[in-house]
Parts: sequence; C-alpha cells; structure tokens
Amino acid sequence: MSNLNLFHYAAPATFYPLAGRLRPLFVALAILFGAAGLWLGLFVAPTDFQQGEGYRIIFVHVPASWMSMFIYCAMAFWGAMNLVFNTRLSGMMAQALAPTGALFAFLSLWTGALWGKPMWGTWWVWDARLTSELVLFFLYVGYMALVASIDDPRRADKAGAVLLLVGVVNIPIIYFSVQWWSTLHQGASISMTKAPSMAHTMLWGMLLMALSFWMYTIAVAFARVRAIILDRERHTDWVRALVRQA
Amino acid sequence: MKSRHKRLALIVGGLAALGVAATLVLNAFNSNLVFFFSPTDVAAGKAPQGKTFRIGGMVEQGSVQREADGVTVRFIVTDTEKTLPVAYKGILPDLFQEGKGVVAQGKLEGERFVASEVLAKHDENYMPPEAAKAVSDAHARAAANKAEGDGAAPLPTGTPAAATAK
Repeated sequence: MSNLNLFHYAAPATFYPLAGRLRPLFVALAILFGAAGLWLGLFVAPTDFQQGEGYRIIFVHVPASWMSMFIYCAMAFWGAMNLVFNTRLSGMMAQALAPTGALFAFLSLWTGALWGKPMWGTWWVWDARLTSELVLFFLYVGYMALVASIDDPRRADKAGAVLLLVGVVNIPIIYFSVQWWSTLHQGASISMTKAPSMAHTMLWGMLLMALSFWMYTIAVAFARVRAIILDRERHTDWVRALVRQA
Repeated sequence: MKSRHKRLALIVGGLAALGVAATLVLNAFNSNLVFFFSPTDVAAGKAPQGKTFRIGGMVEQGSVQREADGVTVRFIVTDTEKTLPVAYKGILPDLFQEGKGVVAQGKLEGERFVASEVLAKHDENYMPPEAAKAVSDAHARAAANKAEGDGAAPLPTGTPAAATAK
C-alpha cells in the first residue's frame, strides 16, 4: 500500500471513534437536504401536465429506488473486500447497510404501489421492473436472514458476501428492465445518455431528496456499525477501556 | 501471486461467469418477459391464440366510444403501424386518454380484443401544463406548416388552437 494507509481506518478500534465524530455531520446534512428537497418538491415544483399533483410522490419514490440499488452495490463492494482482504470491518459495514437498503427497497415498492393505483389503475403488475425490484427486496431480507442464522460472525460475513455478489446481477436487470422489455413502468426520466425529461425545479427537488437519503444512509450505517463493532469486539482491551471510561 | 490476488481473480471470474449466465438465461426467456404485445405482434400472429394476454399501444385519436349502457367502452389501440379494436366493460383509469399509452389485458375474440382490465401507461416526461401546451402548439404549427406545403407563407397562429386543458 501507499503511504496513505487506508487499512489503518479499516481497524475497528480506529473506525469506531471516527464514525462517531462524523455521524452528527451526516445527520445535519440529511435534515438540511431533506428540508430543501421537500420544500422544492412540494411547494415550488410545478403541477404536472398529465398527472396533476399526484406525481409529487416521485420525490420519495425515485430517490428511494436509486438508494435501494446503490446500497446493494455498496454492500456487494464490502462483500468483495471481505472475501479478498479478509478485513473485519468490511463484513460489519455490509451488515450495517442491509436494513437501510431493505427499507429503501420497501419504500420504493410501496410508494410505487400508491402511485400506480391512481395513475395506471393498479397497485401491482408483474412487469419486469416491478418484479426485479421485489427480487431486490427479497435479496436484502435473505441476506439479513442468512447472516443472522450463522453463529460465527466471520463465517456469517463470508456466506453473506457470496450471496451479495451473486445477487448483484439483479441490479443491471432492474436498471435496464424498462429498455430491454416492454413494461408498464415508463422509461427513465434521468439517464446518463440524454437530457432529463422533466422540469428543472422537479429535477432539483429529486436530486436534493436523493442527497438527503444518501446522507441519512451514511448516518444510520455509522450508528449501526458502531453498535456491531462494540458487540463483536467486546472481549478486546480497547472496548473494555471504553466501557471503564464511561 | 498472493492469496488475496487469487481470491480477487476468483471473484472477478465468478462475477463474469455469472453475468454471462444471466445474459444467456434472460435471452432465452426474452419472449416470456414481454409484458404486452403490440398490435403489429398481434397482426403477425405472435400473440397467444385463445389465451389471455396483454396488448399495449396508444389509444387512437377520436376512437373512444361509449355504448348506450354507459359502462362498455370501445376504442382502437394503435402502434402507428397496425391497429386493434378493443372492447372493455368497467372503470377506466384517470390517465386513460386518446393519444396516450394504454395496456389492456384480455382475449382476442375474432378481430376484436375483449379486455378484462385496462391500465394507463404514461411516459417519462414531467412538465408544467404551460410547457406541455407550448410543446403541443409547436407540434401543431409544424404539422400545419407541413400540410400547407411550400405555397403560402405560414400564418402566425396568434389564437391558441383549441386549448386542450388537461
């Protein structure tokens, strides 16, 4: 490794206080971006020409869907790190992210259903986009169940990492489902290849909400990873010293 | 080669193999993953015969007719190449409109598609009504100019042409 040793921060004993110091910053940013995004989305953004006010659920639905996919990729990354470098922290990071990823997948499905009923005329259809997102939710739940069912935490992390890496094929399927197959779900309004097909204030409201969800994810993941570190390292001297100080 | 390099190679190789497998499987299932058939597919006989399936396309302009009983609706689904007449008895979703997307589930009965469920399919464009009107006016002007040909100079359409409030 180079002089900047990233593995230094991969030691739970150094990461624990770092996460604790950074967490309030991410909480504040999440609240700030969330307030700005909701204000833009609910008060400033114009009414849509075909869906009226009902489209405003997009400000939760799309950022939640993005995060559900992104968090899975982040977990798969930590899973790969765990298998390759055998670092203790990577498995804990994957576990700390899982409930938030499941929450966003659930939010995405629910807000989608609430949106689909008035606009499409149905809560649910088995089209490729909706089905693959449901599979993603099951992957999150399956990962948490698998990790919880193995007593040895290091073995649990390894098994979970394999599941995460296998499940990662689902992410491009979700993303491209609306292009590859004819689906009831419409195509992407925002993509890397073309200009966004929505009004500017709508777009900004959505991006701010996505940033807010992102900051929220980091904040809760840090809180959760601190709890996991304490639990797993409870027999070490530094945790004993920490407890004695408190 | 360190053991962690070996593990990394194993993971990369495994993911690549998995990706190829997934691609092959999805290609094999391709026709079954289609949520709806277009009127062109139906005309070409690709749609299942005597079984329930979905058709999708646009509701043709001016084709929506209500029967005297008040609940039966007839309309034509088009994909701009072929058309298919549809009959449906029930409540239509709010976004069901002429010129907009629709997905209907049902069966072919002769030449007519009898739907048991009709869903609206909207596009990925979101904009304020004024912007939508500006776009549709611009389209209307372009169409008018085209129709007039190169003869007369295009008239500046000062009066908004039949403001379709949506």
